[in-house]
Amino acid sequence: MATASSAKKIKKTSKLGPILINGSLLLLILIWLLPTFALLVSSFRTRFDIQTSGWWSIVPHRAWMTDRVIDPDPNWDRDGVMNIEGAQGTFEEFRNGITLDNGTRVFWIGNKRIGKVEIQAYKWTSNFNFTLENYGQVLGGKTFEVRQPDGTIKTEQADNFVGAFLNSLTVTIPSTLIPILIAAFAAYGFAWMRFSGRRVLFVMVVALLVVPLQIALVPILQDYVRLNLNGTFLGIWLAHTGFGLPLATYLLFNYIRGLPRDILESAFIDGASHFTIFVRLILPLSVPALASFAIFQFLWTWNDYLVALIFIGAKPDVQVLTMRLAEMVGSRGNDWHLLTAGAFVSMVLPLVVFFSLQRFFVRGLLAGSVKG
Amino acid sequence: MSSVTFEHVYKRFGDVVAVNDLSIEVEDKEFLVFVGPSGCGKTTSLRLLAGLEEISDGQILIGDRIVNDVPPKDRDIAMVFQSYALYPHMSVYDNMAFGLKLRKTPKSQIDERVKVAAGLLGIEQLLDRKPKQLSGGQRQRVAVGRAIVREPAVFLFDEPLSNLDAKLRVETRANISKLHKRLATTFIYVTHDQVEAMTMASRIAVMKDGILQQIDSPQDLYDNPANVFVGGFIGSPSMNFFDATLVESDGKLEINTGGFRLEVPAEKAKEWRAFAGKPVIFGIRPEDIHAKQFAPPNILESDMDAKVDVTELMGNEIFLYLMSKDNKQFIARVDPRVRVSNDDKIDLAVNMANAHIFDPKTETSLA
Repeated sequence: MATASSAKKIKKTSKLGPILINGSLLLLILIWLLPTFALLVSSFRTRFDIQTSGWWSIVPHRAWMTDRVIDPDPNWDRDGVMNIEGAQGTFEEFRNGITLDNGTRVFWIGNKRIGKVEIQAYKWTSNFNFTLENYGQVLGGKTFEVRQPDGTIKTEQADNFVGAFLNSLTVTIPSTLIPILIAAFAAYGFAWMRFSGRRVLFVMVVALLVVPLQIALVPILQDYVRLNLNGTFLGIWLAHTGFGLPLATYLLFNYIRGLPRDILESAFIDGASHFTIFVRLILPLSVPALASFAIFQFLWTWNDYLVALIFIGAKPDVQVLTMRLAEMVGSRGNDWHLLTAGAFVSMVLPLVVFFSLQRFFVRGLLAGSVKG
Repeated sequence: MSSVTFEHVYKRFGDVVAVNDLSIEVEDKEFLVFVGPSGCGKTTSLRLLAGLEEISDGQILIGDRIVNDVPPKDRDIAMVFQSYALYPHMSVYDNMAFGLKLRKTPKSQIDERVKVAAGLLGIEQLLDRKPKQLSGGQRQRVAVGRAIVREPAVFLFDEPLSNLDAKLRVETRANISKLHKRLATTFIYVTHDQVEAMTMASRIAVMKDGILQQIDSPQDLYDNPANVFVGGFIGSPSMNFFDATLVESDGKLEINTGGFRLEVPAEKAKEWRAFAGKPVIFGIRPEDIHAKQFAPPNILESDMDAKVDVTELMGNEIFLYLMSKDNKQFIARVDPRVRVSNDDKIDLAVNMANAHIFDPKTETSLA
């Protein structure tokens, strides 16, 4: 009996488990996805729409829609009871809207003297007034008309996102590839090569994980100034490489260390050197680890603001996307239609990178190498 | 083709001595099997020979070349790993060709050798597959094929059958034996399975705790174990051991274990008389204990009786778990026609020709 009831209990909890897990996962997904979706929708709405209604008004809903507008008859007694389109009421009541039995509503807009009367119906509607103009402005740059001192009007093109986008790419791609390459070599050395001081060196590398990069900013900047590296791409590549290396080495070490020893030894006997083993075996077998770290490093450097701010600055020829976006918040804090579009432009590439590499998280490349 | 020599080889891991003063001469074209329980140093010995571990002391020769400081790739060896260690991202063909490509063998020659080896092992149709698309047995054959194409002087096998199921293991055992005959190369093979050792080896090296216990042909090893460990390790079910005394009375020699007495026939007594009056360990294999009524002719018979504890019918024979008078359990393999049930008393005929006595202190064979 005791075993039967405990078995029942186990069954019960095991049924509750998945619900809890799936439920909380769903909640997390919603928490992340909903604002992103709102951002996406907003980035396609017109400036007027964003200012007058929320993004959710794209969902079909019932609202009072204006059927027709009539001008108030000057003979109506505005201080007494009026009869408009079959509705009876005072001016105050009309200001709040009077709903008739047939489903229409009479609504007075404006003041007593020069207002208008709207006849409204409660109808299904959705605000699907989408536009690509926001993206056009963000990518192409907004045009301004500037009045010159001599009185003529000159059209000027404001700087656009394209340059910043390219700058970001120029910063991000080498900042991702360089540390991965160095870290993979280092991880292989730490994992599979015997040399004196290996443990000490490895502990030092791992210990660097706890050093916050903010500490290093000022001294590095001083050195960069001396070396004329500040404001250059090379400078920020080196900075990102340095800050990324400890984690990259540690992650890749764990993975490469876990590769079956037999495979490497077999390659040794087959006549492979360390370099051959690294290139022909370790790199192809470590693709999942390399890809996952590449995603991390790419996202981190792409979204980085602090390091870029300090080592590159805001000069337009080197300014990265995050800086451009931050500048936009400052200069056009009210232009939500541009901010949302700009945010989305900056998100596109990380999304592409993630979705193209994420299968490596899932797929285990090792299946079948060793008896499975 | 090459001989292999271990000369006073030691391997220490910190304080642990994994291989202790190992000296073996393996002749050219020999099939030597290292056997022993796990942790006995047999795999370490193989890895020392392969160059995957460094020797602490002594020297290893392949042919007449000392290879202590020769890297694995220059030792002219090929190794088949227990896990097969196939390169998971390469096709079977590339797996087999990998070593040759690294040695800059001409493409046509690589192609030919891979095809020949694949034909030999019956894996021609698998050459384009990836390891994960293969069954365990196929992977094992690819691993062997990868060793064959290298045409090494010495083949090393590290428990290559332990990941196969029982039926496949028997089949593969025979195939490896055939391969050895066909390639006529030195094979050195490590296993913990004494059946594999007995069936394939031309000589077996039994190891325990890093020390070589005995090296001999399978038959000699079985007939004349050098000590209690070898006697117990080789053969299944394993040899029965009793603490006993050799007693001489009226010119007759007797084994007295306290639980039973066995008369030593005259032929054996000649050898054993020197130890009369001394304590010994008496060893007898289960198949040398017969039911008296079905005892074969021409054995040096000596009679005793015992109580049956458990019977296990195998079909072609019966394993009897017997109890001597001093409640010591031992096993006999008797004729399947024997009809006994638990707690019955049974008359036994022991073939003293195949009995062994060991020194109780050193556990080495006395005669």
